[in-house]
Amino acid sequence: MSAPAKEARAVEKVDLRSPEEIRAEKKKGRMGAWLILPGMLYMALFFAAPVVVLLSMSLFVKPEGAELGEFVPGWNFGTYAEVWNRYWPVLLRSFVFALIATVAALIIAFPMAYLVAVRLRGKPLLKGILLVLLIAPFFSSFILRTQAWKQILADEGWIVQTLKAVAILPADGSLTATPFAVICGLTYNFLPFMMLPIYASLERLDTRLLEASGDLYASPAQTFMKVTLPQSMPGVFAGTLLTFIPAAGDYVNAAILGNNRDTSMIGQVIDSRFFKVIDYPGAAALSFILMVCILILVLIYIRRFGTKDLF
Amino acid sequence: MTARRSASPQDPLVRALVQAQLARPSRRAVLAGAGALGLTAVLAACGTKGSGGGVKLTPAQDLSASKKELSWANWTLYLDVSDDGKTYPSLEEFTRRTGITVNYSEDIDGNDTYYGKVQEQLSRGQSIGRDIITLTDWMAGRIIRQGWVQELDHTRMPHVDANMLENLKNVDFDPGRKHSVTWQTGYAGICWNKAKYPKGLRTVSDLWAPDLKGRVTALDEMRDTMGLLMLDQGTDISSPDWGDEQFENALETLNQQVQSGQIRKVQGNAYKEDLISGDALAGIVWSGDITQLNFEHDNQWEFVIPEAGGTLWSDNLMVPMASQQLSNCEKLMDFYYEPEIAAQVAAYVNYICPVKGAQQAMEKIDPELVNNPLIFPTEADLEKAYVFRALTPGEESDYTDKFQTAIGA
Repeated sequence: MSAPAKEARAVEKVDLRSPEEIRAEKKKGRMGAWLILPGMLYMALFFAAPVVVLLSMSLFVKPEGAELGEFVPGWNFGTYAEVWNRYWPVLLRSFVFALIATVAALIIAFPMAYLVAVRLRGKPLLKGILLVLLIAPFFSSFILRTQAWKQILADEGWIVQTLKAVAILPADGSLTATPFAVICGLTYNFLPFMMLPIYASLERLDTRLLEASGDLYASPAQTFMKVTLPQSMPGVFAGTLLTFIPAAGDYVNAAILGNNRDTSMIGQVIDSRFFKVIDYPGAAALSFILMVCILILVLIYIRRFGTKDLF
Repeated sequence: MTARRSASPQDPLVRALVQAQLARPSRRAVLAGAGALGLTAVLAACGTKGSGGGVKLTPAQDLSASKKELSWANWTLYLDVSDDGKTYPSLEEFTRRTGITVNYSEDIDGNDTYYGKVQEQLSRGQSIGRDIITLTDWMAGRIIRQGWVQELDHTRMPHVDANMLENLKNVDFDPGRKHSVTWQTGYAGICWNKAKYPKGLRTVSDLWAPDLKGRVTALDEMRDTMGLLMLDQGTDISSPDWGDEQFENALETLNQQVQSGQIRKVQGNAYKEDLISGDALAGIVWSGDITQLNFEHDNQWEFVIPEAGGTLWSDNLMVPMASQQLSNCEKLMDFYYEPEIAAQVAAYVNYICPVKGAQQAMEKIDPELVNNPLIFPTEADLEKAYVFRALTPGEESDYTDKFQTAIGA
């Protein structure tokens, strides 16, 4: 459509409305502004302001002979280069762990969500019970549940003993204090975030489409790939984001289930720089780098796989 | 709180703020340049000023005589409790005798995290709502060095002067105990599971035996783990003579043992679970924990101070600058240095009791504990126990950085 044509149409549209209607529209617009005001204020106070503080803090300078934790305002961009050079492997590891955990959670959550949302449609009681069971872990503390994993995977627990008996694990092998344990913990702890959005989108799946697909001689696999999966994409998309982003910044799992060698995640490093080393600029710079990296990864992901239903 | 503060014209908060504003025009100018959003306030609130900023804090006016109360921040499970877990008998006794009510809270769960929480207010001489805080030697040293706590009047604490164990009286982080009074103390040493590792241990190097691979735990408290490693390498960690070289040598050992997987994990209090589950069979641990674990789990472990020596750490009571209850606090400190009261606490907390005479007093409370060397240390043990020397700010940040890197964070 050419520009003048567009203009003409706009004019035409305005002409069609009565003054009352225009006033109503305007009022609605103002009303909208009022409605988002609390949200905007909240975000300004608890997100925008901390980000600004974080940014300026990351540029602070440590004066010569300073007392621990003493920094003065400055423009020290060197901090970014320094922490990046030192910690990019940890950052990379965090994203790899988060990615593996996200894929694992997807593989585990999808069939569960499908069962509850599609297969159990006629059985509300069973469906309700299963849903409650899926959400139940949320009712107890995140830390406690992770601690429980440590007990379950302990060297002298039955899992490790069984794996050793069938020679899957070597005699001196263990599961806790390994990357495997950390990824398992991440997968488990973020599973509901994957499961619920997928469930929500499969819930709305029109089963007549599946019948139609069968009537058109599609095999069950084809039906799944061409009908079910595309219909559930908004859920899968939301689920992966809700799992990946917090998993990448998580440090509880790595702290409880990991070791000191090859499981450290970026959250642990930020915690240690802030509280132990008292390197506030370093911790701030790392937090900022983490935020930017996640933002970039998510943008790429949205560009590549984003669905219209979601945005 | 606010009312009380504004009633006092000598309030350290007001003074500190006024002085801070006068003393730092350049910073204000820079910040004005940085622009909008009330950045000054926000930045000021995010904690960057040490004592180097030039503001010298002075104690708040002592209102102890009119306000018979005080508030005490301590670690968990660190004071005798009644069987129903609701009251603290020794505190009740204190209130009965002095009329001072104590608001006791177990809100310290780590030196670093607590420091992170309160350092901003402490550095400005603002009230943190606590009149006594309880922190470990090195953190106490940092806070005393920065001038954030009040000087104590020893003439008002006769029991403290008379009964404090000799080797705690003069510590390098607080000469003459001018600002701090020891609460409880303990060793870091080595322990092993008696049934699963009958061989036992005598030195820190014994932890590197091949049959302990992946089953050794160590503490994430730098001064304890590094202290034991350095002692094992022949360094006297109390003396001012050692420096970077000795630290680096010990760090290399730590690095090797972590990288080879010999040490399963360097961690905080969570190591107790590893000992219980059997994931760790031996390790560098705190004496008080092992006493408690043995009590709860059938005497499974044995704790020793390594032949080359172990570390002796203490937690210390201090009064922040903004507290208006100094002499009430001193009364409380003095109260806990009466041998009978000290024994009552020791019977519950199981750490080393810093009070002379408490051992005799223990006869009446629990005769079984009288000869427990982890509560009432023997001369021989005390000779092997070293206090990690105070570090300069530069050393502190450098060593902490290196230690944190070695343990993967």
